Amino acid sequence: MKTLINIKDLHASINGKEILKGLNLEVKPGEIHAIMGPNGAGKSTLASVLAGREEYEITEGSVDFDGKDLLELSTEDRAREGLFLAFQYPVEIPGVSNVNFLRTALNEIREYNGQEQISAKDFMALVREKSALVELDSKLASRSVNEGFSGGEKKRNEIFQMAMLQPKLAILDETDSGLDIDALRIVANGVNKLKTPENGAIVITHYQRLLDYIVPDFVHVLYDGKIVKSGPKELALELEEKGYDWIKEELEKAH
Amino acid sequence: MSQTLMNTKLDQFRSKLTPSKVKIDQTLLDHADAYLSGREFPTTRDEFWKYTRLTKISNLEINVNDSIIQSIPEEAIIHPNAQKIVFENGVFRKDLSDDILQVQGVQFSEKGSSSFTFQEDVFYALNCKYSTDAITIDIESKTILKDPIHLILISSGDGSVSMPRIVINAAKFSESEFIVSTHNVNSQNCLSNVVIEADVQENAKLTINKIQNEKSSNFSVFNERVDQALNSCFTINTLTLNGSWIRNNVRVNVNGQNAETHLLGAYVTNENQHVDNHTLIDHLAPNCQSNELYKGVLDGKSTGVFNGKVFVRKDAQKINAFQSNGNVLLSDDATINSKPELEIYADDVKCSHGSTTGQLDEDAVYYLRTRGLSEKSARHLLVTAFIGDVLEKIEDEHVVKYAENALSMRYGWSF
Amino acid sequence: MKKQSYTENELAKDLENQEYKFGFVTNIESDKAPKGLNEDIIRFISAKKNEPEWLLEHRLKAFEIWKTMTEPEWAHVEYVKPDFQDITYYSAPKQKKKYESWDDVDPELKETMSKLGISMEEQQRLTGVAVDFVMDSVSVATSFKEKLKELGIIFCSFSDAVQEHPELVKKYMGSVVPMTDNFYAALNSAVFSDGSFCYIPKGVKCPMELSTYFRINEGGTGQFERTLVVADEGSYVSYLEGCTAPQRDENQLHAAVVELVALENAEIKYSTVQNWYPGDKEGKGGVYNFVTKRGICERNSKISWTQVETGSAITWKYPSCILKGDNSIGEFYSVAVTNNYQQADTGTKMIHLGKNTRSTIISKGISAGKSQNSYRGLVQIHKNADNARNFSQCDSLLMTDECGAHTFPYIECKNSTAKIEHEATTSKIGEDQIFYCLQRGISEEKAIGLIVNGYCKDVLNQLPMEFAVEAQKLLTISLEGSVG
Repeated sequence: MKTLINIKDLHASINGKEILKGLNLEVKPGEIHAIMGPNGAGKSTLASVLAGREEYEITEGSVDFDGKDLLELSTEDRAREGLFLAFQYPVEIPGVSNVNFLRTALNEIREYNGQEQISAKDFMALVREKSALVELDSKLASRSVNEGFSGGEKKRNEIFQMAMLQPKLAILDETDSGLDIDALRIVANGVNKLKTPENGAIVITHYQRLLDYIVPDFVHVLYDGKIVKSGPKELALELEEKGYDWIKEELEKAH
Repeated sequence: MSQTLMNTKLDQFRSKLTPSKVKIDQTLLDHADAYLSGREFPTTRDEFWKYTRLTKISNLEINVNDSIIQSIPEEAIIHPNAQKIVFENGVFRKDLSDDILQVQGVQFSEKGSSSFTFQEDVFYALNCKYSTDAITIDIESKTILKDPIHLILISSGDGSVSMPRIVINAAKFSESEFIVSTHNVNSQNCLSNVVIEADVQENAKLTINKIQNEKSSNFSVFNERVDQALNSCFTINTLTLNGSWIRNNVRVNVNGQNAETHLLGAYVTNENQHVDNHTLIDHLAPNCQSNELYKGVLDGKSTGVFNGKVFVRKDAQKINAFQSNGNVLLSDDATINSKPELEIYADDVKCSHGSTTGQLDEDAVYYLRTRGLSEKSARHLLVTAFIGDVLEKIEDEHVVKYAENALSMRYGWSF
Repeated sequence: MKKQSYTENELAKDLENQEYKFGFVTNIESDKAPKGLNEDIIRFISAKKNEPEWLLEHRLKAFEIWKTMTEPEWAHVEYVKPDFQDITYYSAPKQKKKYESWDDVDPELKETMSKLGISMEEQQRLTGVAVDFVMDSVSVATSFKEKLKELGIIFCSFSDAVQEHPELVKKYMGSVVPMTDNFYAALNSAVFSDGSFCYIPKGVKCPMELSTYFRINEGGTGQFERTLVVADEGSYVSYLEGCTAPQRDENQLHAAVVELVALENAEIKYSTVQNWYPGDKEGKGGVYNFVTKRGICERNSKISWTQVETGSAITWKYPSCILKGDNSIGEFYSVAVTNNYQQADTGTKMIHLGKNTRSTIISKGISAGKSQNSYRGLVQIHKNADNARNFSQCDSLLMTDECGAHTFPYIECKNSTAKIEHEATTSKIGEDQIFYCLQRGISEEKAIGLIVNGYCKDVLNQLPMEFAVEAQKLLTISLEGSVG
């Protein structure tokens, strides 16, 4: 079976400090992988590196994304190839309407894939359909990107954008942080509805709570820049119960 | 083209002054001579003096007066443990001053040389040429002063002209606080033209608390010049509590990286007072931050001027500069002219400035009255809070207390 | 590892290579005055235009005043001062007759306009805009005159107004910008060639946007336009002014005067898109734009200035409002883009004289290349202006480390009931915002276009619809680069 993304021995550093220290991860179509780990383990770094943030230097390793060398692609080409990052802190872009923003994005992605521009009518129909998916007020679609949105609205807007752009692989970076239970449910529902046998998702989270709603196929523990433990969804519960210290101890014992 | 003396008002003014016997750098003196020669007092057509007229200064009746004070006036005592250095009419009064050589890590001399080059400014030039006295205080490296050094500047008699020159060298890793205050004893129509030059060296921390509290028809011009090196921290708090005509020029060159600069100011004016604050923060090195907050309350027929300029030079990247000026006008005859300026030549910066002018929030006044305060005390409370915003940021509680007392006495406010 | 991203410095490089899009010259023989400026030239201009004696005297008086004045130097710009004796002060297209209909207009002129994307037919059909096309100082085509006439609206060239409505011209010309106002206003008063005149009678709401496209054409011809808009009591007008100029090597001086008069309860909306030749990427050539624009507001009236400035080598321009009448309102919305070696010193003056007067200033500066972009503004509250309000927001966006962005606001307040708020920020274009766009598949070039247009939205929103589209295009063109 083909892989969607295959990360091998990935090392990345920022300002000379190594954060990822040989990370391996493979995601196949139709799978949801959860990445958990204590603060500072490198979870958000992984998301940033995969999306192509310039501040990070990749010193070793490879990332194959659906048959392409991901690390050789520019940020926008990674997006156009179908990699989507739901940001932990979505940025505000004053004066740029969500609709205008998404239409530009969608059309650039279509152009890249040799498809025709979407008509205004079809686009608006798509906006209506997908905004309903995350129960996003259609008025928000005409507001400036994330400007004046509440924390929950920002996160829902991320999932709405994901629905609009229909990526092959979605990376959800701490999407649950700062969400109340209702918002969490809406966001998770959105993600679940978007799941197909062809696409996949990496769900980065600190807490198990989100995984009650988005049920992962695999759970990985990221610790000190590496995946140190992988298991089925029950591993998340164990982590919730015992914290991360036992992993640390286990690791120390092993050495 | 040669100009004959007495051609200009400035020449006439200079003819009444006594050339200085203070030793300063000869090139500085040459510059001052060249600058003053044939020059006229600036007018309001000159951008730097747009809102402040110098006519009254050019027409001053100048006298040379003998020292009269026998002791430090009580109102000049601000900090109980401060080392006091007293000037009367710009002349160092050793007899009234503490011997700060006794303080460990402090050097003191009656000299006026500094590392600064000439500043093109008529009052700076006059101070070079006609300096009445000069002192240099060195804070040796790694010295951490427990108590502040207090420079007490007193005007006495009629028409005295004071031109003291004060040099502060804050050496590496030193931490020190200076209080500079102006007072008057039986004086009127005096001119104080003070120059303070401070060199804040690597990792040094220097704070100057400046209190202006003259209660007479005197004129004050302050030129403070500061150089900041790598990792240094400089703070100057300018509290103008009284005084009929005041001009402050604070110029800070931030030459080293990771330096911090804080400028705070409060001016509370009434009657015919005229207070003009000019500040310049010149960011010449990257990765620095500066904060500036000036607030004024203007009553009577008084005039306030705020001109704050932030320069960010080319290659001075990653500068965060914040500047704010707030004013409350309590009377229809009061005037405020505010000019916050940004001149930015680097791109990776975050700079902002804001200026607000208005009256007290009438809704707040109303709210307080519904809680049983009289209108008068409601207004007092709000004005106090407005100025208190500046005072609360000042670390030296004795300085804050002094300012609060002075304002309470003058306006009946309670802090 | 590959550095994938296009940096702002690279963008800036691409911007430098942007050649002026509208750089072409229309070849129409001119009827020119000899170069230079003296009393005879002024008499020549006046005679050529068959002006009444009082106007000639007005010009000569202005010339006398101008001779005593010196060029202002306070602006944050550096340039070689024009040689006023090396300028042609009058040139007119040779056609003798006036056009009765659009069909009579020189086809070459029409082509010029369609190259500019402002095809008059289309504009007439689609938008109902009446266009008064000024080419080298003389108005050559005027449309929609009939319709406007029915409403009693006068919209014609300044020269026609002098002939046909001398009483209005005499009454209002110089009433807002006196000839003594400044060096360039005095020069304009002496030598102005032509311009536009507009009068809206009492209670009339002008049903269409009035529009004038200026175009500097003849090499070395200074343009001294004069615009006068008078909105009588209770009337309304929206006036558009757009400018493009052909590419020239030598600097061209443009010193226009625009006067707006809003009588009681009247409203004037004046919008400008300015895209004159900014000089090449070495800073050679380009238009000097030294304009005096000012409006006066009587009781309950409103004047709103909106400008999108992307062109000219040097811009020196402060559209202002004198809020004389109680309850009057002044607004200033501005986007100024500078690139390469362009220098702009622009802003506004809001003079509050009347009670309950209000003003709003929104200024967005964008600096790229090696350009210098300054906001200079004055908010002045006079003693009797009780309850005056001002809000100013001046933001600057920096695109390269070689350009400059400066803010020089003057706030002068003599009334305790006034409320004035001024805010200014200067920052680099947001890297997080660019990354966010990239992550959604948007190219860096488009991302910058989106962000910049969003940043200017508050101003662009003030423009009439069709103008807003043109302005957005202009912004995108001036910030467009070719990503490899």
